[in-house]
Amino acid sequence: MPTDKKVETDINYPDLEKHNNWMSKCLTPAVYTKLKNRKTPSGYSLDKCIQTGVDNPGHPFIMTVGLVAGDEETYSTFSELFDPVISGRHGGYPANAKHTTDLDATHLRGGDNLDPKYVLSSRVRTGRSVRGLALPPWCTRGERRKTEKIITEALSALDGPLKGNYYPLTGMTEETQDKLIDDHFLFDKPVSPLLTSSGMARDWPDARGIWHNDAKNFLVWVNEEDHMRIISMEKGGNMKAVFQRFCDGLQKVEATISSNGHSFMWNQHLGYILTCPSNLGTGLRGGVHLKVPLLSKHKKFDDILSKMRLQKRGTGGVDTASTDGTFDISNLDRLGSSEVSQVQCVIDGVETLIQMEKRLEQKKSIDDLIPKETKSNKTTTVAVRFHFH
Amino acid sequence: ADFPDLSKHHNIMKNHLTPGVYAQLRDRVTPNGITLDQCIQTGVDNPGHPFIKIVGLVAGDEESYETFKELFYPVIKERHNGYDPETMVHPIDLDPSKLAGGKLDEKYVLSSRVRTGRAIRGIPHPPMCSRAERREVERVVTDALQGLPKDLEGKYYSLKTMTDKEQDQLIDDHFLFDKPVSPLLTSAGMARDWPDGRGIFHNDKKNFLVWINEEDHSRIISMEKGGNMKSVFERFCRGINEVEKLIQEKGWEFQKSENLGYILTCPSNIGNGLRCGVHVKLPKLSQEPKFNEILEKLRLQKRGTGGVDTAAVGGTFDISNLDRLGKSEVQLVQEVVDGVSLMIDMEKKLEKRQSIQHLIPK
Repeated sequence: MPTDKKVETDINYPDLEKHNNWMSKCLTPAVYTKLKNRKTPSGYSLDKCIQTGVDNPGHPFIMTVGLVAGDEETYSTFSELFDPVISGRHGGYPANAKHTTDLDATHLRGGDNLDPKYVLSSRVRTGRSVRGLALPPWCTRGERRKTEKIITEALSALDGPLKGNYYPLTGMTEETQDKLIDDHFLFDKPVSPLLTSSGMARDWPDARGIWHNDAKNFLVWVNEEDHMRIISMEKGGNMKAVFQRFCDGLQKVEATISSNGHSFMWNQHLGYILTCPSNLGTGLRGGVHLKVPLLSKHKKFDDILSKMRLQKRGTGGVDTASTDGTFDISNLDRLGSSEVSQVQCVIDGVETLIQMEKRLEQKKSIDDLIPKETKSNKTTTVAVRFHFH
Repeated sequence: ADFPDLSKHHNIMKNHLTPGVYAQLRDRVTPNGITLDQCIQTGVDNPGHPFIKIVGLVAGDEESYETFKELFYPVIKERHNGYDPETMVHPIDLDPSKLAGGKLDEKYVLSSRVRTGRAIRGIPHPPMCSRAERREVERVVTDALQGLPKDLEGKYYSLKTMTDKEQDQLIDDHFLFDKPVSPLLTSAGMARDWPDGRGIFHNDKKNFLVWINEEDHSRIISMEKGGNMKSVFERFCRGINEVEKLIQEKGWEFQKSENLGYILTCPSNIGNGLRCGVHVKLPKLSQEPKFNEILEKLRLQKRGTGGVDTAAVGGTFDISNLDRLGKSEVQLVQEVVDGVSLMIDMEKKLEKRQSIQHLIPK
């Protein structure tokens, strides 16, 4: 909490007394005063970065970040605020740390047969941003349309099992819309104030759209919360296949974009650059819809997830509630560990959660299965191993 | 490349924002740094409805009206029934003694209310103001309110520090305003930093209140149960004239111009910013096919009893003046009083299953 004397506080400093997010923890009056007049080359200001955190004091399940980037340069222009927020959100991240990328699915152990009685579906997503264009909170209509063009041109070059079609939100027929809803592909205009406060819903549905392959297990969202979200998914528990297809598709898209003279926002320290600092690094959220009605009522459920470096959400995605004991369980970490290690973390954690649910079904104890220490979230540091029986 | 896609839109902004006008205005900024894109964002994000004509444009500050006049002036002309800001002068009349009649039938009229807004010169409007600027507005207005005469004396409740008990009381009194949820308002940016710098003042008699930093810098409201619009308007005029005097003593002014009258956030509210209305029970008349036409001819507007962007409940409507610009306060209140009286007559006729044909205005 800010401890500076009242006389130092800028008249425009936000009232963060009732707030509990990473931004409110790190934005002291001194930091605010230092950064308040800076702007990125495209004109993005500190006040704009923090608006979502000011407008949304906290969230019941998730310690939200409360900060967004309007463009790639935001992270360096306002580093005095972003660095501590990033470090806090990602469990510690020193200024000289390098982020590892590993998109080789053969490095994964197991994960091809998570029990479908509990694992209803498996999914891996990430995001990518096109270098040189502002991000969704700040982009103009012209930039957003350009982003759409670059991405859809690259996608039209995909073939084989990844071949597909683009469906722009503007002018979508009701028939197409219903079909995409049935497939669980369609994304809506954001209603969560976490998202709308940052300005990313402006001009909806202009230049937004959905692309998917004919097999309907690889899809791309254009201009929702990020320039591009890439998603691989399927029903059941074969996370390995999902990840294999994910890596394959991602690498092909990147190759095509490069050959067209564009690149993704990326640097050695922060990995892939996205709108929300929580998605830096791999930008990867690998998860399952997991049916654990008994375990989810256990008083240690949240603690178990935390130790496993996992996060729960409702089955509608971020900022939704769970129905009937089915939760979206995914990796908490994004930065400082690779794609492979994060997906591994989900696979190992979910295997244990299923074991726990089975025990509870038989009214047996789960105490010996509960992790004693928090799993390490860094592939570059020495891991403290703990063993499951 | 930046011109918005307005093909599915139905609002007044869309009618006048041609690619040519957009190209001409898009690189201009007001002295406060406000751009055209910021002013039109709400209209782009809310396509509107073919039946309900919304403006789709807000003024980020006083200067927006002039800086972007190639768009604002024609929008004003369309919204205000042909009023031409280039050539016309707006009349102001806050003398309640000029109102004829004004005591409406309380069997039908549940409550009477007059509100207006005022903006403080030199400070941007709620869509664009910074936290510091919003707090300054709060300070200037609450300082002035401290100096009101006896029957208007009261207390200020900041939304931020309000206790649960105070909140419940204000809700019961129907005074409390909520954080806006209508996308018409939130898209414009006026809900930022809620509830910082927002609050409610009301007098001890609870019939004169001031909202601070909701949709405008200040909204001044006079109201009471029943149909005594004359009393409501008298208190309204007295209160607002006092507040203006007190602000001027401290060196501040309201935003105002000869041709646009009092300047507010939404172009629909400039002129006198006056909305004079009643909650009136017209269950039979409101079912008549000509109801909307009658309202239009009387220059009246209907809303649900929750305010803008809500639906009517049980045949009880909020009926108020449609016009703001080009007519004085006295004129508009007179139109509401006369129009509502006429509609009550129609309702009475319909109760007796009699025709209302001869009553319908030509």
